[in-house]
Order: sequence, then structure tokens, then C-alpha cells
Amino acid sequence: MSLTTFFQQCLTGISLGGAYALIAIGYTLVYGILRLINFAHGDIFMMAGYFMIFAMASFPWYISIPVVLLVTVLLGVSIERVAYRPLRTAPRMSVMISAIGVSYLLQNLATYLFTALPKGYPEIPFLKKIYQIGGLSASFVTFLTPVLTLIIVYGLITLINKTKIGMAMRAVAKDYDTAALMGIKINRIITFTFAIGSLLAAVGSVLYFTDRMTVFPFSGSLPGLKCFVAAVFGGIGSIPGAVIGGFILGLGETALVAMGYSTFSDAFTFVLLIIILLIKPTGLFGEKTTDKV
Amino acid sequence: MKKNTVSKNKLYTLAALLVIIGLLAFLQANTSRYSYQISILERSAIYAVVAVSMNLLTGFTGLFSLGQAGFMAIGAYTVAILTIPVDSRASVYYVNGISPAIANLHCPFWLALIIAGLIAAAMAALIGIPVLRLKSDYLAIATLGFSEIIRAVIAAPQLDRITNGSYGLKSIPGFPNLFTAFGLPVLCILLMVLLINSSYGRAFKALREDEVAAQAMGLNLFRYKELAFVISSFFTGVGGGLLAIFMRSIDSKTFSINLTYDILLIVVLGGIGSITGSIIGAFLVTAGREWLRFFDNPLVIGGFEVPLFRSGFRMVIFSILLMVVVLFYRRGIMGSNEFSWEGLGRLIRSIPSRLKRKSKAQKHPAGIPLSPESVDSNKKGDNA
Repeated sequence: MSLTTFFQQCLTGISLGGAYALIAIGYTLVYGILRLINFAHGDIFMMAGYFMIFAMASFPWYISIPVVLLVTVLLGVSIERVAYRPLRTAPRMSVMISAIGVSYLLQNLATYLFTALPKGYPEIPFLKKIYQIGGLSASFVTFLTPVLTLIIVYGLITLINKTKIGMAMRAVAKDYDTAALMGIKINRIITFTFAIGSLLAAVGSVLYFTDRMTVFPFSGSLPGLKCFVAAVFGGIGSIPGAVIGGFILGLGETALVAMGYSTFSDAFTFVLLIIILLIKPTGLFGEKTTDKV
Repeated sequence: MKKNTVSKNKLYTLAALLVIIGLLAFLQANTSRYSYQISILERSAIYAVVAVSMNLLTGFTGLFSLGQAGFMAIGAYTVAILTIPVDSRASVYYVNGISPAIANLHCPFWLALIIAGLIAAAMAALIGIPVLRLKSDYLAIATLGFSEIIRAVIAAPQLDRITNGSYGLKSIPGFPNLFTAFGLPVLCILLMVLLINSSYGRAFKALREDEVAAQAMGLNLFRYKELAFVISSFFTGVGGGLLAIFMRSIDSKTFSINLTYDILLIVVLGGIGSITGSIIGAFLVTAGREWLRFFDNPLVIGGFEVPLFRSGFRMVIFSILLMVVVLFYRRGIMGSNEFSWEGLGRLIRSIPSRLKRKSKAQKHPAGIPLSPESVDSNKKGDNA
């Protein structure tokens, strides 16, 4: 493999990793606060892809993107309202099953509304423009994804560490009941968390699908699971962890594809998961948890 | 008095059994006429085996595993490879040819089913060692991951000459008759019921209720978890093998995560921790999909075509129904109770009074038996 091909693959991997990282943050935030694997997150991401197709059919891209972000946030927040909030005091397994149910519902709904056939993703002109740097050539989105990811992560970390609502989020994540006693409006914080998570899923979806060209009802389920793995890998609840997990996953997967083992690229994710769970059950940056008896 | 009711129950059971056997004999005599209904019933029976084996883990041992599809794939592929007639193998493996190691390997389907179960169980034993150290969500996601890995391995081009890669396997001989098709699932479920009612079953339940207390009572946590996992996987493997015999052609896409979700929804609908619940759930869910099929066809009332009715609407309705169960009827049909004739009698007698009370019905009747979920909720705040 020549050096140029190597760098080209690295670039693809980093770009894919950036999209993964954005989705993984959504998992990490929700898991950190609700202790819930939001199985529907991948499907929210898929729905965002469909929203984009329909928005682009009638608006130019600079109107479509904000519209898609808004609609996806609404979708995420209403899912939380309908499917998770009634189960706030229910056992954990019920909430998890509810999440699986929502994922199932979204997939079926998408199949019903948009048929199971893959639909072409619209071209956003400035993202698809090909740039050349030395021997490397890639579309603008490939360069943009990692940069945008890092900017968003920086903003998010600032939000969580410096603002009042960030402090409330940290308090809720630490101890639900005490936070409620301190006068934090738990439901509002959870809604806010879901809004951020869905927003990132929508951004990730634009970046991811621009490179993939098609959306179909099940296109969210595997990326969704992978991004959850990325979040676990980095230590669930930790944003830098999710980002690093996302990049490692993206790079590893691209490397496997480049080496000709593309059928194993999905399995790679889960092998990685099992290894990390065995060596360091809380992930790379996970907090140490102890079981109370 | 007590003795009297016991013999009465036996009489009822015997009568029900006779009715079922009579029904089977009737269907067997008219296979071509009722082939659609028979195929639904067969699929339900096979799903019931897998659902009960998942319930053995989730409902009785408190281990939330999502690896069912993977073990079913192992079972299905084992059975397929062992039972495809030697003559027709050339036509099945027409793309890549068949590996000489399995070219002449053939055995009767019952032996193939046992081997399928054993291979799935051996795999589970291997996987269980690392994975069972994990707790609830992590266990679920790790087992889910394993089932995806198994699927990727099956579809890998490197194994083309054994699993036929993405082309799948076909020409699997079907069930010889209906009695085998229903007898084998019944046998599997009976074996699991015996296990759950044995001292091992009590140990599993102890694990589910409180791991720490169970350990303090001298139970070897890991040993029992591993045992439950291996046994459950054995029957899941057999279930997968039965599915292969039922479908007669399989490919790796059949065993995706959605198959696991289907089984999970059956377990939830029937009631986590109830074997009869899982069986009823399997029949309801499988048949329900067919009953709801009219949603898929265009509906015309008086020349006006109702706009919502078209292909795919059925699954939307189906998933909404399931969400309703999860949200408002969390204990499922049976909760953690088992079917009994007394219970059925009580239910029938209580219908008139229930209808009267409907206006002031209480949402949460008192005295709900301790279910695995309510115990799990104690652990919710463990993240300090």
C-alpha cells in the first residue's frame, strides 16, 4: 500500500469516526443521565436522513439543514415524552424494552411511509465538492466532519462544565433523587439532554449520509449499535471517551475494509466491545463504580 | 376435597390433550387444505421453544441476554448442513462448491437437532466465561454483539464452502408429519419446565431475586449463571434447527437482531417469568401478524378508499400495539403466573363482576407477586 492510499484511508476513517463520535455522544449523554441504552437513537438518526430527503425536495440546503435539525430534535424529545417518561419509576428492564419497542416502531413506520427500498440522499453542493491536498482527494465533508466534531465537542464540554444547565445535568447524572430534592426540574433536564442528543444525531446523519448516498429503514440500526459500542468503549458518560471511541471504531473499520475483510468490519466493533469490557469494564475514561449492597 | 380437584385437573388436561391430538390428526389428514394455518401454527410452536428458553434466562435467572438470533443461526446452519440430502448438495452449493469435509456428512434430523443444540451450548459455554461477568445492560449489548459476530462469520466469504455465504442453504427436508413438528417443541418445553421446577430452577430464581443473598447462601454464582446460559442456548439452538427444518431454506439475514427482538417481544407480551405466558405470546404474536394482514390491503368502504391502508401498515399497528403493552400493561398477559385450570375457572367466574366494576377499575391491583423486574428496580440507584 502506498503512502497516499494509506493517508486516503486514514482520512476516510477519521471522517467516519467523526460521524460515529457525534452519535455516540447522544448515547453517552442519555445513558449518563437515565442509565438507559436508547436503542431508538440509531433510528432517530435514520429518520433524520429521511427528513433531509424531504426537506431538500422543497428547500435549498441552507433552509433544509436547520429544518431537519429542528424536526429531529422534536422527534427525539417526543419519544422521550411518550415512551420513556411514563416509565420513570419502572424497573430498568422495562425501559430498555420500551426503547427496543420504539426502535421497532420507527423502523416499521419508516418502511410504511417511505417503503423499504433505499432512497437517494440529496446532494448538498458545498459538502460534495472535491478538494485536493497533495495526492489526497476527498469531498469537503470528509475534511469537515472531524473538525466539526471537535468544535461541537468543545462547545458541549463548555456547556456541561461552565453553565448552570450543565451543572444541573451533572447533578442529575450523579444522583437523581438528591438532584430533585435540590430543586432541579428533572424532567426539563432530561428533555434538554434528549434534545442535544437528537441534534447531534441529526448533524451526524447529514455528515454520514452525504458519503453513503442512500437511506433505507434499517440504515440506522447497525450504526446505532456501533455508536453505542463506541460510547461504551470510551467509558459511558464521558464525552471525550465517546469521541475517542468513535474515532477508533471508524479507523479500525476502514482499516479492515481496506485490507479486504469487509464482512468482518461489523464484527470488529463487537470484538472490540467484548475486549474492552473484559479488560476495563467501565471503558477507557469510565468512572469507577461500586455496587452497594 | 383436595384430591378431588387434583383428579379433576388431570381430567381436564387429558381432555385438552385429546382435543389437541384430535385437531392435529384432522390437520394432518387435510394438510393441503389448511397449509396456511398449519404453517402459522408450526412457526408459533418453534418460536415458543425459543421464547421459553429466553424466558429461562431473562425471567427465571434474571440475565438479560439478546443473543438468541446468533444461537438460532448456529442451530439452523448445523441442522441444514447435516440434513440436506447428499444428492442435492451439488445443486445447493453450485456457486462455490462444497468443502470435502462435509460433502458426505449426513444424519437423521433428530440427531442433527441434538448436535445443533450441543454446538450452540458449547459456543455458549465458551462465550459465557467472559460475558457473564457483566451486569444487566452490558450483558445485553455484549450478547447482542456476539450474535452479530456469529452472523458475520456465517456470511464471511472465507466460509463459503461450508455455509454457502450469502446465498444461504436450501433443500432442507421438512418435517415428516405434523406430530413431529409439534411433538419436538412440546418435548423441548417440557424438559425446560422440568428443569425450572428442579433444585436448579430454584437456584436460578434465587439468583434472579438477589445475587448477593444467593451467594451468601452458598450458591456458586458463576456456575449457575453459566449453566442457565448453556441450557438456554442449547434449546435456542434446537429452536433454530427446528426453524431451519420448517423454513427449508435459510440465509444469514434471517438471523438478524430483529429476530431476537421478535422473541423478546413475545416474552414481554406473555409475561416475563411465565412459561405458559411465553407459549401464549408466541402463538398470539405469530398469528397476530397474520390476523392484522388486512391492514396491508387497500380498504374500500362505499367506493371511498381509506388512505391509511396499504402495505406495511400492519407492522406499524403491530408495533404500536406492542408499545401499548409495554407502557400500560407492563406485566404482560400472564405476569409471572402460570396457567392453571383453577385460574381459568376464576377468570371466567370473575368476568361478570369485572364488567360491573369496570367504571371504577383500579389501575394497580394490590398484591402483585414479586416479579423479576420489581426486584431489579432496587438496583436502579447503584450508580453512586
